Amino acid sequence: MKLTNLKPSKDKINTFLPLGSLFVIFAFLDVLTNTFLNYNITGFLPQTISYLVPLLLGYIGFYLIRIEFSGIRFLDKLNKNINSSNFNAFLTLLILFIIIKAISPLMNWLILDANFAGTSKDDCTGDGACWVFIKVWFNRLMYGLYPDLEQWRVNSAFILLFALVGVAFFVPQKIKKYFIIFLLFVYPFIGIKLLSGGSFGLTYVETAAWGGLSLTFIISAFAILFCFPIGVFLALGRRSSLPAIRYISIGFIELWRGVPLITVLFMAAVMFPMFLPDGTFIDKLIRVLIAITLFEAAYMAEVVRGGLQALPKGQYEAAKSLGMGYWRMNALIILPQALKLVIPGIANTLLALVKDTPLIFVVGLMELAGMIGLAKTNPKWLGMAMEGYVFAGLVFWIICYAMSRYSQNLEKKLSTER
Amino acid sequence: MNLKKINIENKKIRDLIPQVLTVLALISVIFYFATNAQINMGNRGISFGFGFLSQEASFDIAFSLIEFDGSYSYGRAFLVGLLNTILVSVIGIFLATILGVIVGVARLSDNYLIAKTAEWYVEIFRNIPLILQIFFWYFAALRALPSPENAINFYDISYLTIKGWYIPKFVWINFDIFCYSLILAFASIFFLNRYAKKQREEFGKLLPTFTLSLAILILIPLFSFLLLGVSLSFNYPELKQLSETSYTYENGVSIIPELIALALALSMYTATFIAENVRAGVMGVSKGQKEAAASIGLNKGQILKLVVMPQALRIIIPPTTNQYLNLTKNSSLAAAIAYPDMVLVFAKTALMQTGRAIEIISITMLTYLSLSISISIFMNWYNKKMAIKEK
Repeated sequence: MKLTNLKPSKDKINTFLPLGSLFVIFAFLDVLTNTFLNYNITGFLPQTISYLVPLLLGYIGFYLIRIEFSGIRFLDKLNKNINSSNFNAFLTLLILFIIIKAISPLMNWLILDANFAGTSKDDCTGDGACWVFIKVWFNRLMYGLYPDLEQWRVNSAFILLFALVGVAFFVPQKIKKYFIIFLLFVYPFIGIKLLSGGSFGLTYVETAAWGGLSLTFIISAFAILFCFPIGVFLALGRRSSLPAIRYISIGFIELWRGVPLITVLFMAAVMFPMFLPDGTFIDKLIRVLIAITLFEAAYMAEVVRGGLQALPKGQYEAAKSLGMGYWRMNALIILPQALKLVIPGIANTLLALVKDTPLIFVVGLMELAGMIGLAKTNPKWLGMAMEGYVFAGLVFWIICYAMSRYSQNLEKKLSTER
Repeated sequence: MNLKKINIENKKIRDLIPQVLTVLALISVIFYFATNAQINMGNRGISFGFGFLSQEASFDIAFSLIEFDGSYSYGRAFLVGLLNTILVSVIGIFLATILGVIVGVARLSDNYLIAKTAEWYVEIFRNIPLILQIFFWYFAALRALPSPENAINFYDISYLTIKGWYIPKFVWINFDIFCYSLILAFASIFFLNRYAKKQREEFGKLLPTFTLSLAILILIPLFSFLLLGVSLSFNYPELKQLSETSYTYENGVSIIPELIALALALSMYTATFIAENVRAGVMGVSKGQKEAAASIGLNKGQILKLVVMPQALRIIIPPTTNQYLNLTKNSSLAAAIAYPDMVLVFAKTALMQTGRAIEIISITMLTYLSLSISISIFMNWYNKKMAIKEK
């Protein structure tokens, strides 16, 4: 028998295909029974060999079914995508086996052995996760220390916001303008009044009680609202022909971009009160908001500057030749085009902003991550860190993934337009 | 009015006015803050100055690369923090680069499963806030490790426990000579490469530079071991009973869990960005380049080394340096899990003890700022050097 007979080819497909499939199926069967039924088919072999048997069998099987142009569509597709070479076959098997091995304990912990019913830690008798913890603390994780009876105010503030945004999407172009103006200039005051209270028969809720996921949204919304115009002005300042304004803008941008957010937050919390006249007091949340806004505005400025630089000089010259002044030129000709160019960059900056909000816990403000830190140190709920951070990670992941998907779609849409 | 006329007619003066106004506004804001700060500090009986740096710190630091205890000064504490920041950054950058390159290349694989796995790795770890990842590793994952007496044992050489990772301690004799020999090796590799380049460009000769460099790198330090009296031995960690239920390891080096959690989270998070850079870089080299290289008879390895990589690196390196910088800045999140970096040691502990908010926050921010600015100056220089020189 020649060695070439061992090479899989189309004319011997009737031998190789069943044989190879058998090997592959047996390999997977071994791993599956091992993981899910707790029965080791190859248990008669020494332990280390038994462990490697499925990998070896699968490898041989994949080699045998690697038949070029077999004419069977499924097999060709399989070979092309996951079985194109020995190395690829090995990696494919490794990844599949790791996934199979990992799925079983993961599902057990997350769902099958987890505890959902109950009201205290003692109700968590299974080996899995104790989701009772999240259930009991859910209100706190969403609203922080906001009084239970007043939480409808947070809800209605957000529902109002989403309703306004939703309506603004669908109303005709003519009225849209007014909706946007209302959203940008009137709604923030309504929102703040609704949350903090103190008048219109609403009880006053101090900002130290705000927290949880709603605080993440509040901070993100305000920082987005303010960092955008500041960023645009800084970008224009950096491209200005007036040296003093240019250097001040450069200095400002580079200062914020050069330091970590955490030091900026410390500055806002500890150092900034020293700069105010004795006796004046600015709420900590406002100080932190200003700090985050300025910090993100510097990043926004660099993104916008990218758009300004990408515009051809002709646009500036055309606007000037029409007799437009600096502000009219920028507002009507330059910025609309420049901002459109950098929408993906803007979306990425906003995404970074949302991901940065949990950091505020270092100055004692408790949003989602901070509340979990608080909940897991509660004597009645010790040892719940895993559940807490998995939950927080999932919540943030959903938010950020949705945002990044949206920005990617936007990018694609815009790139086809050009 | 005469003045108005000049304003409109003379562009120079017209330009001057907004600038003067801005500068004046800036100066008055700074002046306002400075006076307030002076009054506030006067009320609290402290005066602005950096003399406190030489005062005794009287606090301990859990993890330090240089000798430190309560009797050392605040200045020394700052140095300890800075070194710890640099340590975790260097470890993070090293791991993130390796992981990022692997994931980036995997995303380009023609194996569907590998590409998808890499893609999901990127999507998962990029979209979870870094601070949550640090918390997860520190408070959840590493807390699940066994106590010292049941440690996870790596061939009796190192032990992974809830209290940290114990590894052997390197005991050097004549370490300075070894360092000199390393410097010598790198210098001779540098000159060898220059010589090889000259040979290639002038005479068309190809020298086996890689093999030669590797030989130099191994041989010169080996020579220092054999002839110059350098020696290296290891102190293995040993289990020691402190009391009936409390154990610890002795003689080894302990890598504290804070450092492990921080390095893991930083490198896994940053690796996703580096992976995207690598992918963009390799995809950015046009197919025509590879085909052209193949058509002049270069083999696969040569195409990768001489044609694809130099062009891909030009795209990859600038954003990746930016990521390194981000990683260094993100290492300040250490303060959240009590890894004694610059922010924790200096901007938190030292600030709390001395109350000198302005000086301490300024020093901390200036340190980060000078780090960032020096890296961006280097990057600008590098970009200019690497940019395609078109005629």
